[in-house]
Amino acid sequence: MTATTTLPATEQTDALGIHQPRLPKWAPAGIALGAAAVGVGIGTVAGLSSRIQWGLIAALLFVLASYAISATVEGKRQAKDRFATSMVWVAFLLAVIPLASLIWETVSRGIKVLDAYFLTHSMSGVVTIQPGGGVYHAILGTLEQVGIATLISAPIGLLTAIYLVEYGKGKLAKAVTFFVDVMTGIPSIVAGLFILSLWIMMLGFSYSGLAGAMALSILMMPVVVRSTEEMLKLVPNELREASYALGVPKWKTIMKVVLPTSIGGITTGVMLAIARIAGESAPLLLLVFGNPVINGNPFDGAQAGLPLFIYEQWANGNEASYDRAWAAALVLIAFVMILNLVARGIARWKAPQHR
Amino acid sequence: MKLQRKNRLRAVTLGAVAVSGALVLTACGSDDNAGGGGDKGNAGAASKIKCAGEGQLLAAGSTAQKNAIDQWSKDYSAACSGVTINYQANGSGAGIEAFNSGKVSFAGSDSAMKPEEVAASKKICKGGQGVNLPMLGGPIAITYNVEGVDDLVLDADTLAKIFDGKITKWNDAAIKKLNPEAKLPGSKIQAFHRSDESGTTDNLTKYLQAAAPKSWKYEPDKKWPNQSGQAADGSSGVASQVKQTAGSISYVELSYATGNEIPTAKIDTGAGEPVEASTDNASKAIAAAKVTGKGNDLAMELDYTTKAASAYPITLLTYEIACDKGNKAETLKATKSFLAYAASEQGQSSLVKLGYAPLPAEVATKVRSTVNSLS
Amino acid sequence: MSTTTDTPVAPPPAPSESTSTGRVGDKVFSGLSRGAGILLLVIMAAIAVFLTVRAINAISENEGNFFTTFEWNANATPPSFGIAVLVFGTIVSSVIAMVIAVPVAVGIALFITHYAPRKLSGPIAYVIDLLAAVPSIVYGLWGALFLVPHLTGFYSWLNDYFGWTGFLEYQGGAPRSLMTVGILLAVMILPIITNVSREVFAQAPKMQEEAALALGATRWEVIRMAVIPFGRSGVISASMLGLGRALGETMAVATVLSPSAVLSAKILDPGGGTFAQNIASAFKEAGSFGRDALIASGLVLFVITLIVNGAARLIIARRKEYSGANA
Repeated sequence: MTATTTLPATEQTDALGIHQPRLPKWAPAGIALGAAAVGVGIGTVAGLSSRIQWGLIAALLFVLASYAISATVEGKRQAKDRFATSMVWVAFLLAVIPLASLIWETVSRGIKVLDAYFLTHSMSGVVTIQPGGGVYHAILGTLEQVGIATLISAPIGLLTAIYLVEYGKGKLAKAVTFFVDVMTGIPSIVAGLFILSLWIMMLGFSYSGLAGAMALSILMMPVVVRSTEEMLKLVPNELREASYALGVPKWKTIMKVVLPTSIGGITTGVMLAIARIAGESAPLLLLVFGNPVINGNPFDGAQAGLPLFIYEQWANGNEASYDRAWAAALVLIAFVMILNLVARGIARWKAPQHR
Repeated sequence: MKLQRKNRLRAVTLGAVAVSGALVLTACGSDDNAGGGGDKGNAGAASKIKCAGEGQLLAAGSTAQKNAIDQWSKDYSAACSGVTINYQANGSGAGIEAFNSGKVSFAGSDSAMKPEEVAASKKICKGGQGVNLPMLGGPIAITYNVEGVDDLVLDADTLAKIFDGKITKWNDAAIKKLNPEAKLPGSKIQAFHRSDESGTTDNLTKYLQAAAPKSWKYEPDKKWPNQSGQAADGSSGVASQVKQTAGSISYVELSYATGNEIPTAKIDTGAGEPVEASTDNASKAIAAAKVTGKGNDLAMELDYTTKAASAYPITLLTYEIACDKGNKAETLKATKSFLAYAASEQGQSSLVKLGYAPLPAEVATKVRSTVNSLS
Repeated sequence: MSTTTDTPVAPPPAPSESTSTGRVGDKVFSGLSRGAGILLLVIMAAIAVFLTVRAINAISENEGNFFTTFEWNANATPPSFGIAVLVFGTIVSSVIAMVIAVPVAVGIALFITHYAPRKLSGPIAYVIDLLAAVPSIVYGLWGALFLVPHLTGFYSWLNDYFGWTGFLEYQGGAPRSLMTVGILLAVMILPIITNVSREVFAQAPKMQEEAALALGATRWEVIRMAVIPFGRSGVISASMLGLGRALGETMAVATVLSPSAVLSAKILDPGGGTFAQNIASAFKEAGSFGRDALIASGLVLFVITLIVNGAARLIIARRKEYSGANA
């Protein structure tokens, strides 16, 4: 074994001698460093402009080197294990880079124009090739559209889920379940097209926040039904039966026992559904028209929305607009994250009650 | 149970906080951007704007005139607080479509309506039809991004071949011949065109057909005719692609070239000197344009083959399209007032700094009287 | 069981008033919830019928062949449009996304559940959870302004070494191609697939793993023998979920693709289109007929998504006996 001389393998020859030579603990880190160095070296020597290649070369070197070294020192099985380990690490790093860059880009470029002024002003009277203006009208629009969508879809979704879990029997329940499944598959742009053709083109209503909210609620309903269904199913039957045994009518059982027990999970589901639709831009593009001015009335006239605002600013294609787009993206992400965190908080807060 | 009741109370409190938060939010936003960013509205003009109507004017169309409308609506809204203009720059084709389906008060388009589009507009304009009102002109700049080349000269034939994919390298003999001094690289030419239906495309292809009939076999249209090169959405999309892509070339309304700080090519028209894409040079070409529309329709025709000294041949005239009779009653006043401001002397002169060419005086007068007669 | 629908045997001495309100309440409530179910059904049926009628109207007047025509000229007279390019583009970009995202996602999921130090795995899982909620338009923005400019070098490198394959040939220029779309979609669906896979892997029976370890198996052998077989169907259904998302993605695609009516196997070269992207960019200048044509294409996308979702649901259903996961 010549490799053992170059790499100080900690040979644990105990009495029985069944232990194989192992690589020292720092070996993976060492190999990683070496691979990175060689990768950078090759990159600079060969004059590869793209950092992506440097990383890929280093990653490849790391995987191969750790396999080869381990194979010579530790034997095949261990080598395979090392190979898998290094692949997993590489996969992780490979994914971290774009995702971290996404967060970094959004935050670093968004923070530039994000301030109180940006949050409290609209784009009214701002020439798009110049800096200035704000996102207030879009925040307001998104809040209203998402709010209306929730008002439409949460009750329908909730009641449907109750029907499916508590009453559902026979053909109707089966049909509803099937169609809820089908509905989850509607691409958001198709939902938008549907409302556009029916509400705006055929029935002749004008662009409005309401039209956008209707498309969003089509997307939201099945999600609410699904998550509520799962939560209601988690409620133990013993609770229901105990309630019936006390002579409580079924509807009261549902209202006073089943729903309160699962309310945490249901709220979480609804919040997550809201977070999901808050970022939808395609239906808004078709239905709310966009508006540089604050329009607080979602039932009349064109409105703005955050995702749409980001798209518009991107489409304007100049630096001032890009800055606004990033800042708005940051606002949107923050909004979605807050919803997510609140949902998690509710889930955790309510969790011990039914587990 | 007690615990739950407490929780419910807490949930109600949470909800109340959320609602009141939203209410506070509603109160604290502002449409007033006069203090922050950008230059102040044209204060002198404000006093001369005749305000009328109220509410919001929806409009859509040409991306080439987006920057002009932005400026106009900024100045206009500064004077007339009751009216806001919401112009969606989504392409001339989209603008006409939105107008003809009755969704917007007026459309912006870089090419006059086609006969079938006029026919369709009769459904919306009760007792009338859509008319083309020229509002301003502008050079279509040939923008490019070639390292080390600041001064590019091209002619119609070369342009046609580039956009048709017949000339693929920057150091092609035809380009070299026009630019004997320039250090042209051997890289591939990245030609960008509009992916949406665009009046800019329409005007460019009209020019290519008129000035280079041998090399350009396609019919002029708002839709790009071939599959050569890359596509991008809107004037801004094209401009930003040119800016970030080495070896690229495209065509875009001048204000987008100046706004994005990308160089523009000079055109060899056969006049003594190659002509630069500038507001002045475009005005010379536009001055020679003739009104061809009938009645209230003021559609105009440009001479793309002009050889006059320093007249830039690739120009567009951008129109607002409204009904001559039967405009939407609720927005008629505001539409008229806004368009009247756009066609007024202040409206026209405020745009020179953005890279647009104002209308010739007599055409502007005609437009003003037509705007006045809209009903 | 909850199926004891019969009201509990009414006790004779009970005040009749309360039982009657109970019955009425029951009727109202069950009526309400049934009504909601029916309403949902009606909405869905209305969408289906409406879209189908419009689509048929469009296809019947189509001059071209709906399935083989490349160009989308629905506004022309006579209209001629086809989905060949869109089918190709949608499938190719989604397949690229899956090929990249699934192995990486499985890798991260394993990393979180079995490899990462305890202290790290929690926060990482949390961040990836949150990334799954980032709106697609933000991915689009990032794709257009960051990813596209950074891919040029990588693509010419691919071209240098793999250009001979034909489909990895790259001519230079802004890489707004199906490959870029695929990469962006991969980044986008990565957190989604990771999340579900992680949950499944975490539920792998601990006893089996420990038994394998006790027999002297390496960590990889444990994963191969105890974790992956358990999680396989879960990973597949997670992938299907991601695929469904990738197929219907609109804005992220529209921001990074150079649309054209070209069907080319050279996936690094700009051009092509997807269903959702085509709808988003063509709807604004489409007249009422053009919109019908777009609806027809949307319906095809809908059917494709439906098949994918159905497959996922079948697999999940088969997995159900394994775990109580509600993923």
